[in-house]
Amino acid sequence: MTAIGVRAAHSPPGRTAPATAQLRLPDRLAIAGVAVLLGFFVFLPLCSIVYEALRAGWPAAAATFADPNARSAIALTGLTAAVTVAVNGAFGVLAGWTLTKYRFPGKALLLAIIDLPLTVSPVVAGLALLLCFGTNSPLGAWFAQHGWKIAFAPPGIILATIFVTFPYVARETIALMGETGRELEEAALGLGASLWQTFSRVTFPRARWAILNGLLLCNARALGEFGAVSVISGNIRGLTDTVPLHIDILYNEDNLVGAFTLAGALALLVIVLTLVRSLIEARHQSNTNRETRR
Amino acid sequence: MIPGRGLALGTTMMIVAAIVIVPLGALVLSLNGITPAGFFAAAFSGEALAAFRLSFGTAIVASAIDVLAGAAIAVVLVRYPSPAMRVLDALVDVPFALPPAVTGITLATLYGPHGWVGSWLAQHGIAIAYTPAGIVLALAFVGMPFVVRTVQPVIATLPREFAQAAASLGATPFTILRRITFPLVAPAFLTGFALALARTLGEYGSVIFIAGNMPGKTEIVPLIIVTRLEQYDFSGAAAVALISLMVSFVMLLAINALQRRMLDARSAA
Repeated sequence: MTAIGVRAAHSPPGRTAPATAQLRLPDRLAIAGVAVLLGFFVFLPLCSIVYEALRAGWPAAAATFADPNARSAIALTGLTAAVTVAVNGAFGVLAGWTLTKYRFPGKALLLAIIDLPLTVSPVVAGLALLLCFGTNSPLGAWFAQHGWKIAFAPPGIILATIFVTFPYVARETIALMGETGRELEEAALGLGASLWQTFSRVTFPRARWAILNGLLLCNARALGEFGAVSVISGNIRGLTDTVPLHIDILYNEDNLVGAFTLAGALALLVIVLTLVRSLIEARHQSNTNRETRR
Repeated sequence: MIPGRGLALGTTMMIVAAIVIVPLGALVLSLNGITPAGFFAAAFSGEALAAFRLSFGTAIVASAIDVLAGAAIAVVLVRYPSPAMRVLDALVDVPFALPPAVTGITLATLYGPHGWVGSWLAQHGIAIAYTPAGIVLALAFVGMPFVVRTVQPVIATLPREFAQAAASLGATPFTILRRITFPLVAPAFLTGFALALARTLGEYGSVIFIAGNMPGKTEIVPLIIVTRLEQYDFSGAAAVALISLMVSFVMLLAINALQRRMLDARSAA
């Protein structure tokens, strides 16, 4: 079932308008108005990405990927996204379990701190990491002594991306694990299951779609992160250049074909991730509906 | 009682501290060396004040536009479900999914003097790119999904009984809208507005390409931080960043309070 089908199923009878054939003029005007609005503001920009990328033909667009700097940017973005998804996925599952299965003081504050990266400007996040791990800071100096360069190097880029996408998996798991309550885990433990068995056989299977959802969102944001990464990276070509940073460089060099080719490829990837995510969300919602109806 | 609380809580707090608290703490501590007078001079210089005014002004206008457009989009998506409507529903997520830099270069080109829309507007003497209007446009694009996705489920589950009861008691459609529908949906709109505002206040990548970045005119707050950083004015950058961080924290608390009110209103209905 699709997202809309689910929402329609939620709503009381009489909420939705009759089938398309019976729509009256005001209904048709409202639909047309919204279609024009979304078409102009969202679909037209998408079309213009494709147009700008291909305006000099396929070979010119394809040449973008032959450039070694573009290739190293793609490799670094892939590495960054992989590490970010692994770290934030593991943290998200742990945070979901901790914040929903236990009682402790200060829970609201901990939740607020986990959510904080959602509202902090990416530039502020990048600056904070730069001040924390730059060579002038005590921590950065300590890492430098031990041969670790963090600011202006891939570790800084990865840390910045982890910071910016930190809450996405955790929010999904906290919402879902909170919904299911503690009774099932308490019953499993009461029947003699170990803590790990309880988590892996009771909690995790029920949360896996929420976790996957969060991972997809986290991955999509990680692939595109710009502001925080741009501050911490120092923009060193072929070394600390991610795909979004490389798009910025090509655009400022007036290499519009190159910039929009990379932009189009990145946009296609994250849009597919988002579509998969909303399909999963719709399926998962209809599953929980069925369960609650039982 | 589920065992393992100490271990789980300890590990969670250690990760939160390492990823979020230590870097933000470093930002605050970096201001240790400067005097209060120096801090205020840096955080509220003429250029910084202009940037704060511009960032707040454009973010508020853009979020307000998002509330109006988002209301129309959400109502249509909820009221007329059909296979074709799925395309529109998917389009709503696009601005959220698109990487900021991709949004930035695309809008700057499309609305720039040589773009499809920009060249047409230029013939009529209207400039959007490199003006505050361009900033509002980019921010409204980025904030739109937040309003639609917050308002949509509330409209879809709006109870009809109250409106029907009011109508049977002789209330006019306007009275029903004002006294019944509006109070039920207002918390969701307010939450959507706050979410869009929080996101757009700190937005960087999608704005800088279309903004033009002229100091005092089209220079947003995140950009002034980057500019000072490029001039190695670390404490100046950190001073502005600290104010921005405090604003985000206040926004977060406001959003949490609003979301709690929205859920209360829904469960009450």
